[in-house]
Amino acid sequence: MREGSHGGARLLVVDDNKVNRLLLSRNLELMGHRAVAAENGRIALEMLRREAFDLLLLDIEMPEMDGFQVLEQLAKDLQLRDLPVIVTSSLEGIDNVVRCIELGAEDYLTKPVNPGLLKARVGASLEKKRLRDQQKELVRRFATPEVAQDLQQSGFSLGGKRVQGTVMFSDIRDFTPLVESQPPEETIELLNTYYTLMFNAISGHGGIVSHMAADGLMAVFGAPLPLPDHCDAAVRTALEMIEMIELFNVEQKTAGRPQIRIGIGIASGEMVAGYTGTNERATYTCIGDTVNIASRLEAHTKEAKRAILIDAATREGLHTPVEVEALGPVTIRGKVQPVEVFAVNHAKKG
Amino acid sequence: MAETIDRAVFEDLKSTAGAEFVKDLIDTFLVEAPVMMEDMRSALAAGDAERFRRAAHSLKSNSNTFGAANLAAMAKEIELGGLAPVRAASGVPLDALEVEYTRVAKALMELKRA
Repeated sequence: MREGSHGGARLLVVDDNKVNRLLLSRNLELMGHRAVAAENGRIALEMLRREAFDLLLLDIEMPEMDGFQVLEQLAKDLQLRDLPVIVTSSLEGIDNVVRCIELGAEDYLTKPVNPGLLKARVGASLEKKRLRDQQKELVRRFATPEVAQDLQQSGFSLGGKRVQGTVMFSDIRDFTPLVESQPPEETIELLNTYYTLMFNAISGHGGIVSHMAADGLMAVFGAPLPLPDHCDAAVRTALEMIEMIELFNVEQKTAGRPQIRIGIGIASGEMVAGYTGTNERATYTCIGDTVNIASRLEAHTKEAKRAILIDAATREGLHTPVEVEALGPVTIRGKVQPVEVFAVNHAKKG
Repeated sequence: MAETIDRAVFEDLKSTAGAEFVKDLIDTFLVEAPVMMEDMRSALAAGDAERFRRAAHSLKSNSNTFGAANLAAMAKEIELGGLAPVRAASGVPLDALEVEYTRVAKALMELKRA
């Protein structure tokens, strides 16, 4: 159990309905957390900008400023965009759940909220926040003092720098039918587990997750700090990710839940890394041809029916013994010249 | 018709949130729910569909909390249907809602004393 979250976590409950506010706060306090309540989105945002909270429990239907608007405001706010949000609502319709998740909510609980479920979700969200804080700490630790300072002050430095590195794209295969085949709560739980596993694998090999979208993510190896063996690090990460998914699938199978498959594309070379965006919103990312190739390779895993595809530069940069199979040149979207594609074979369990 | 208060839901609430707390929560509900229904009446008169729907939504949410299944179902129907059908029926669904609420309020008061 995390120190500080147990008895230390400070949560903001936002609900225009007094009964809901009281009951949610009560449940959270019984779990050992400290709960503060706000009665609409506008008041909540004011409080969030004034005081520090570990987690936000957000209702959607509210006068003055509703939950959707709060989520939009949080995404735009550099200081608040990483604050985990669990939506608690009795809104009808799956499209509303989808909209919340698209706007950045981490989880969705239907009211009246089951206390057991609430406890599990709050615990998972706080744990994820801890991982994210760790990741931020990682950036801070590896970045130069100037960049770290800049990151603290404005969150980005204008203009990127050219770096040599490896980019990885990963996503869940056939995610849409999966979403449609099970309750949204289960999908969110699955995504939470998936992200936790992937984050661990990536940061464990010195990579940084620079982008997350629905079921996909982009990771960078070699920025912000140079990583001597970025090709090896990325490929080893990919193999670990596949292994983690296989283990996860065993659990899923035992529990009678759907299994998942992922596709990973990896490319290496020069790229421009830095903080991109505007004064209101910026993100640490990498751009360039290398990034495009990695993204296309990830998409190509479907046709190639392989879990991990890498480009020639990554293949040449590999020092560790990994079984690699040349698939020949492939024409990918956005590239005039065909690209040499290699599949990394992973040892099957058992 | 189901029973006014689903006892299983109510007992669940009591055991997880605490009996004393639930007594206070009932008091809050008995203050807030009439405000919500008044809100629906005034929103209906003003033709404010959004406020009307939100009040119905709120009442549904709280009814579910206490296990007031019938009241919740009626509020949900009003929430989903919106203002137009209620106006077309000259507010009759609100009369029915208020009758059911009176039953719920009485049942909750009794459970509080029990």
